[in-house]
Amino acid sequence: MVENRPLGNLVSHVVLIIGVAIIVFPIYVAIIASTHPPGTFIRGVMPLLPGPNAIENYRIALTEGRSRAGTPPISLMLTNSLIMALAITIGKLAISIISAFAIVYFRFPFRIFFFWIIFLTLMLPVEVRIVPTFQVVADLGMLNSFAGLSIPLIASATATFLFRQFFMTVPEELMEAARVDGAGPMKFFRDILLPLSITNIAALFVIMFIYGWNQYLWPLLITTDPEYYTIVMGIQRMVTGGDSEPLWHLVMATVVMAALPPVLVILFMQRLFVKGLTETEK
Amino acid sequence: MQTKRTTFESRWLPYALLAPQVIITLIFFIWPAGQALYQSLLRQDIFGLRTTFVGLANFERLLADPLYLNSMKVTFVFAVGTTLLSMSLALLFAVMVNNMIRSRDGYSTLLVWPYAVAPAIAGVLWWFIFNPSIGILPYMLDMVGYDWNHRRSGTDAMILVIIAAAWKQISYNFIFFLAGLQSVPHSLVEAAAIDGASRTKRFWTIVFPLLSPITFFLMVVNIVYAMFDTFGIIHATTEGGPAQATNILVYKVFRDGFIGLNLGSSAAQSVILMAIVIVLTVIQFRYIERRVNY
Repeated sequence: MVENRPLGNLVSHVVLIIGVAIIVFPIYVAIIASTHPPGTFIRGVMPLLPGPNAIENYRIALTEGRSRAGTPPISLMLTNSLIMALAITIGKLAISIISAFAIVYFRFPFRIFFFWIIFLTLMLPVEVRIVPTFQVVADLGMLNSFAGLSIPLIASATATFLFRQFFMTVPEELMEAARVDGAGPMKFFRDILLPLSITNIAALFVIMFIYGWNQYLWPLLITTDPEYYTIVMGIQRMVTGGDSEPLWHLVMATVVMAALPPVLVILFMQRLFVKGLTETEK
Repeated sequence: MQTKRTTFESRWLPYALLAPQVIITLIFFIWPAGQALYQSLLRQDIFGLRTTFVGLANFERLLADPLYLNSMKVTFVFAVGTTLLSMSLALLFAVMVNNMIRSRDGYSTLLVWPYAVAPAIAGVLWWFIFNPSIGILPYMLDMVGYDWNHRRSGTDAMILVIIAAAWKQISYNFIFFLAGLQSVPHSLVEAAAIDGASRTKRFWTIVFPLLSPITFFLMVVNIVYAMFDTFGIIHATTEGGPAQATNILVYKVFRDGFIGLNLGSSAAQSVILMAIVIVLTVIQFRYIERRVNY
């Protein structure tokens, strides 16, 4: 702070409060809407103050869903989302850290070739190769399964890069000392490299968990069985599922439940989240 | 590419360690991308019985198709609108938060969480707020005499999806701008202040130029986001309508491939999109190399 200007600070506060209000407004409206009885949404304008039906709405959404439109109860979809998000996150971290270990700590033929194969995945987001990827998964019989939901998404160039960058900064002496003491590569990896990487793993975990939880197009394509619906794609089925106006009170209860887990992860692990975000993009 | 000065010796271990990543990449990335390339050169008849090799005809047809050209235009408007809106608001918030001392962390927390909200959910939230019959914003717009209806008006629908996409992206841009602002040397700003430069002048002549590498990086990231990660927003709300007004390229690939079942055309569109991603990724990496010498 160069100079003290009370008026300037006041303006900053006003701008920020308006900004925060705009950012928070959509989710506020969703929470409010999820507490009202269905009749509120037939006419007039949406309410801005809480209604009396919160418990009832969440109970229906959690346990019954909208069976008529073919969406299962939220509790099932939340479980599916959690399994998918964790499988993607753990899978990505596990295969990336061992490939980075191989690339940094070994010299072997075709090393650079493999590095480029992994790098290519950065350039091929699922949206652009959607039809052929679907065909591959269908041919492998992985439709409507957790394997199909997670395995095609766990290759990760970004995580591999981050671990590679980090391993390059680990002092050479550590490895030399380990070798002198007779430790093999896997023992070195397990007892020295892995404990050193904990912060990086945690930061990536936050980013990857959000990525996995928020998957939309992929679950939409490969799940036709409501048993495997995830919550983020389930909302789309709820909005367009019936032929009438959506049941807003239930849709909004689902929206709140779908957004809550990743938002909580960010709020409680903000420092790790910012670290993960700024370092993976560098 | 570097390794450590000393390395471990093993004939098979590095391959075993790389195997899971490489196998998944080959099966789910390289092979489908190859398939897309191959299929983009073929054409199937309506019943899917006969496939003929047609060379580049799919691409020629695509680039002469007014619907595809329209989709390119729509994507351009959408990407530019989303990028400008989210980056300018994020920069404004970051500058304001950076002025704060005690309340910096509080405001940051309140501004970063939308990153966690899935694009599809962001779409549904704004779709609800803009709902023509019960939404709060159309109600307010009606009072000033504007009849909002994103089901009939293509412009309204485009504004809706831009707002939803930008809302979600503000937090990302905010984090990077704030990090950039915090690395601007204090001495420069103080020297200018002693020379009598006002706050506004200091910002535009010193701080903003120092932020230009980050601004450029964010521009590329935001364009990539708007082009490829916003599928959920479109699919959960406007479904490309009304009358193709929000039919962005990634949504069109999906629609032509899975609903229209026009595999040749969809594959050709995939190939064009891959080319776009590759160009954008290369630009992004060139920037990273340059920033080292900045």
